[in-house]
Amino acid sequence: MVRDSRQVKGGTSLDKKVAFDEDRCKGCELCIEACPKEIIHLAEHFNSKGFHPATVTAEDQAKCTTCLLCARMCPDTVIEIFRPDRVAR
Amino acid sequence: MAEQILMKGNEAIAEAAIRAGCRFFAGYPITPQNEIPEYMAKRLFEVGGTFIQAESEVSAINMVYGAAGAGTRAMTSSSSPGISLKQEGISYMAGAELPALVVNMVRAGPGLGGIQPAQGDYFQATKGGGHGDYRLLVFVPASVQETIDLAGQAFELAERYRNPVMILGDAVLGQMMEPVVLPEPADLAKIPQKTWATTGTGGTRRPNVINSLYLDAELCEKHNYKLQEKYRQMAEREVRYEEIGLDDAEIVLTAYGTSARVAISAMKRARSEGIKVGMIRPITAWPFPYEPFRKTSERVKAFLDIEMSAGQMIEDVRLAVQDRAPIFFFNRMGGMVPTPKAVLEEIRRIDHSVKGDKLGGRLGV
Amino acid sequence: MSVKVFERPKALSDVIFHYCPGCTHGVIHRLVAEAIDELGVQGKTIGVASVGCSVLAYNYFNVDFQQAAHGRAPAVATGIKRCLPDRTVFTYQGDGDLASIGTAEIVHAAMRGENITVIFVNNAIYGMTGGQMAPTTLIGQSTTTSPGGRKPERAGRPIRMSEMLSQLEGAAYIARVSTHNAAQVARAKQAIKKAFQAQADKKGFAMVEVLSTCPTNWGMTPREALKWLEENMLPVYPLGELKTEPGLPEPSAVKTTVPTREVKTE
Repeated sequence: MVRDSRQVKGGTSLDKKVAFDEDRCKGCELCIEACPKEIIHLAEHFNSKGFHPATVTAEDQAKCTTCLLCARMCPDTVIEIFRPDRVAR
Repeated sequence: MAEQILMKGNEAIAEAAIRAGCRFFAGYPITPQNEIPEYMAKRLFEVGGTFIQAESEVSAINMVYGAAGAGTRAMTSSSSPGISLKQEGISYMAGAELPALVVNMVRAGPGLGGIQPAQGDYFQATKGGGHGDYRLLVFVPASVQETIDLAGQAFELAERYRNPVMILGDAVLGQMMEPVVLPEPADLAKIPQKTWATTGTGGTRRPNVINSLYLDAELCEKHNYKLQEKYRQMAEREVRYEEIGLDDAEIVLTAYGTSARVAISAMKRARSEGIKVGMIRPITAWPFPYEPFRKTSERVKAFLDIEMSAGQMIEDVRLAVQDRAPIFFFNRMGGMVPTPKAVLEEIRRIDHSVKGDKLGGRLGV
Repeated sequence: MSVKVFERPKALSDVIFHYCPGCTHGVIHRLVAEAIDELGVQGKTIGVASVGCSVLAYNYFNVDFQQAAHGRAPAVATGIKRCLPDRTVFTYQGDGDLASIGTAEIVHAAMRGENITVIFVNNAIYGMTGGQMAPTTLIGQSTTTSPGGRKPERAGRPIRMSEMLSQLEGAAYIARVSTHNAAQVARAKQAIKKAFQAQADKKGFAMVEVLSTCPTNWGMTPREALKWLEENMLPVYPLGELKTEPGLPEPSAVKTTVPTREVKTE
């Protein structure tokens, strides 16, 4: 059950704002419910647990406002949020 | 030689526990053991410990679970109906391997029974009590001094085996006063550190978990094997009993606690009448001293088991003796204590019986 | 270059929860861990797991843990806290555990003003055992032991633990929060942090009741479950702080027989 390292998949862009640790995801869609920009969707592929993991396309990353709502609602701490350092607090 | 003082059994057990390093007591009022929590309520705070009068016996044993898991020497006490309520917590403590002292000053049962002394909780104490395969180290002292001595060792043994220890007394033992010598207080700094206790990781180690849940059947079986190995070691090392006058004995009495005191009086009178009577007095009810019974059974004419129950310890005696010698039984129940005179009459009857050709008295089994 | 502004709290172990998809236990675990992180008490925290879906909580928090018998967590926490008064002790209990089999333990821990933090997860049903009726089950709510809906004449009415406990002088902080949307989750976080702060300030008993979903046993999708919670549970279990006054002084402490180690806090 204990995992050695985190595997953040789905996009390689350095300025990615929302990252999904997809093997943790159970496809519950609570992040989709929370996202005001409606950019999160379930991927077509299965993760190692057999769920369709939540994801955001590389294109839609730009639309993310880093509002944290998806991360707050995620029951499985799948989501990490990054902000450009100019808005870092 | 330390000074002899006169002390009531219940108070003596409390003071002995404190001197052994007990710093946490949770309990609930029930006769005939109230002097223990009352004494603790006064004394524990004087030594920097805590006493809690819990909302129930169930809660009290679980407070002890928490305190023991936090590394503190902890105890609870009660009497029969209250001990029934504690069985859940005792099973959990055995499963989670937590050390603690549980005192049962037995009263009559079943149900609310009565507040007079009895020995009807032997099965409960030695054969499980709560659910699952577990054992308690069960001491059955027969004097106030012995109670003090065993209470002192109870915490050490509980911690050595990481298992609850029970002192199984009765209302007589708790209420009577005897001259005793108290031990010097233990040096708390010398108590071995409990590396498994949940004291906070301090950021320096992996978390400790106190737990008895193993959802994986294979792991649960492994845990049970580990526990059984521990009980095997306890059975090998911790058996205690007293042998009295066995060298030439033809009739061997056996009894524990208060009924042992009565039996000893009867034995002395029988001896003065020329009847060769000896005695095996278990001091641990679990592990039971099977070996002295087995050995003795090869050469004596009969056993007489005396209990303040319908016959509970006798099953262990029978396991040890088997068919090698007849086992007679004498008992009182419901809070009645056998008299030395009645036991003596039983000894005479058995003596008469074994000297004739006919064996098997009224209650011979 | 970016700065990470949201990540998994340190007080959570790197383990995947066993909870069903969309179960808000995971959210509440994270909030508790965030509070522990933010107060800097991870190294001196001892959790008490209860019986129910959260029975395995000891696998998920990166702190010392004891697993308690069903309903007994407040008694176990009392034993720990009295022996280690400078540590942070919390219980994590469901509604079957706290509001049914453990009512005596929770009421008396609050009555004594035990300086502990209780996280009470109310999803109006027994999850782990397969969706039986809880004392918190709503009137008309169908469960495996209230088929066709809970009927008051047969099974009484929902129990409001927070309202009951807030009547006790020993209770220093009692709040009811919810997880049905991100704004409520943020509020829940503040309440949970406050309940841990109350313990740090030795105010006495603190409890946060967190309304939670059980999509599996409610028989709906996780998204539908959030909506069901909002529409059906909030009228019966109104949100808010029920008690914020300081409670009784801390119950007297016990010296531990374990040599205490220096615990570094912020």
